[in-house]
Amino acid sequence: MNDMTEAVKLTAADFKSDYKPIWCPGCGDYTVLGSLTKALSIIGRPPHEVAVVSGIGCSSRIPAYTTCYGFHGVHGRALAAGTGLKAARPDLTVVVTGGDGDGYSIGGNHFMHACRRNLDLTYIVMDNHVYGMTKGQASPTTEPDWDNKLSPGGTGIRSFHPLVIALAAGANFVARAFSGDPNGTAEIVAQAIRHPGFSFVEILSPCVTFRPEQRGWKDLVHPAPVAETNDPARAARRIMTDDGFNIGVLYAGNRTPYARTPAASATLAQIEQEFAL
Amino acid sequence: MNRPRKPGAPLAPRSLEDLMGQALTIEREAVARYEELADMMETHNNLEVAALFRKMAGYEQLHVEQILADMGWAADVVVPRHSGIWSSPESPEVVPIEEMHYLMHPWHALQLALSAEQRAEAFFAEMAGTAATEAVRAAAEEMRQEEAEHVALVREWLAKVPQPEGDWSVDPDPPRYID
Repeated sequence: MNDMTEAVKLTAADFKSDYKPIWCPGCGDYTVLGSLTKALSIIGRPPHEVAVVSGIGCSSRIPAYTTCYGFHGVHGRALAAGTGLKAARPDLTVVVTGGDGDGYSIGGNHFMHACRRNLDLTYIVMDNHVYGMTKGQASPTTEPDWDNKLSPGGTGIRSFHPLVIALAAGANFVARAFSGDPNGTAEIVAQAIRHPGFSFVEILSPCVTFRPEQRGWKDLVHPAPVAETNDPARAARRIMTDDGFNIGVLYAGNRTPYARTPAASATLAQIEQEFAL
Repeated sequence: MNRPRKPGAPLAPRSLEDLMGQALTIEREAVARYEELADMMETHNNLEVAALFRKMAGYEQLHVEQILADMGWAADVVVPRHSGIWSSPESPEVVPIEEMHYLMHPWHALQLALSAEQRAEAFFAEMAGTAATEAVRAAAEEMRQEEAEHVALVREWLAKVPQPEGDWSVDPDPPRYID
């Protein structure tokens, strides 16, 4: 007779829903979805104990493609929703997802303060340096000289540096990954989920429709030449001086995550009691 | 991401089980990617290319089943994935997603499949060339020959498929309004 108490081994397929993604063929977000589901299988918590929260944009469709609880929120407010969820249900693994436009522009303020609050959640940004869903406008991470009909000659505006901002604002884990390396990305995402506090993973995810030249990213990315550090000063220097294509965990800090007292010891029944009418 | 192998670094699997475990990983990942590409093309109503990718997934699945049968492994056997044994981030027989285009023709799809089979052949040739034991070398050589057969089959298939004109990607109703 089988031992019914034995834990069921979860696979990435257990976290993929039956909905087929409608991203453009060639989009990096396909492999990010694969990396996320693989990371969740590595973590080993069942789908009903995980919530995937997003805002608006191509990449923000990702919750529907998983079997986890999902919340497809409003533009730029994924971290607000995710923060609220984690504060109310600290027992859940909360993964917030989105793109560079959603997270760094309209959601930029939420990004900084989520880093500062340091709740135990993971924020994954699929960065393609463009607004894809609305047909190719420059985003906060677009290069200043990216020439196109909407911004002839480029915007001339300095690119946002999300990793530096995250570190300075207090994120407890900062990493960069690449969609073309799905297994390596899965390992980084799993490490981010396990790391206490606010974990930020920037995933370079090419938009082959509006930025076809990003197919060349696969030739530019390279493993970070140094090991992760818990020293924010070293991490800052490293992130400020890298070429934007260093892949790996760049900072893993020791800040104590924010926890609502007495949330750390509260049971699910006690939490539910707080919401009883 | 996988670190590039150092020149001359030992990469040979330690045993037959080790080699075949990596072969199984390669074939499983190829199946999964071809299925993913077929879904992608179906969603974008490129049914001809979708069918081709689905067929390729079927062929690779046969290879999976052959390895399982040869090794006496169960269908759900878990094998450790040795990242770094191949120099690219993904395993050799996987078609890169970024090479997809919603208007691509079967000719393009077969070109990608051909490249994937050639990478697999080169990988097993390298395994055979660096094998530590005769059993591993023989198994790697057998895998290389099978991949070489696949290369030949895809080439034959390609010869029957017309190469599209240079303007194949022109869309009168494009998703973009920028150049």
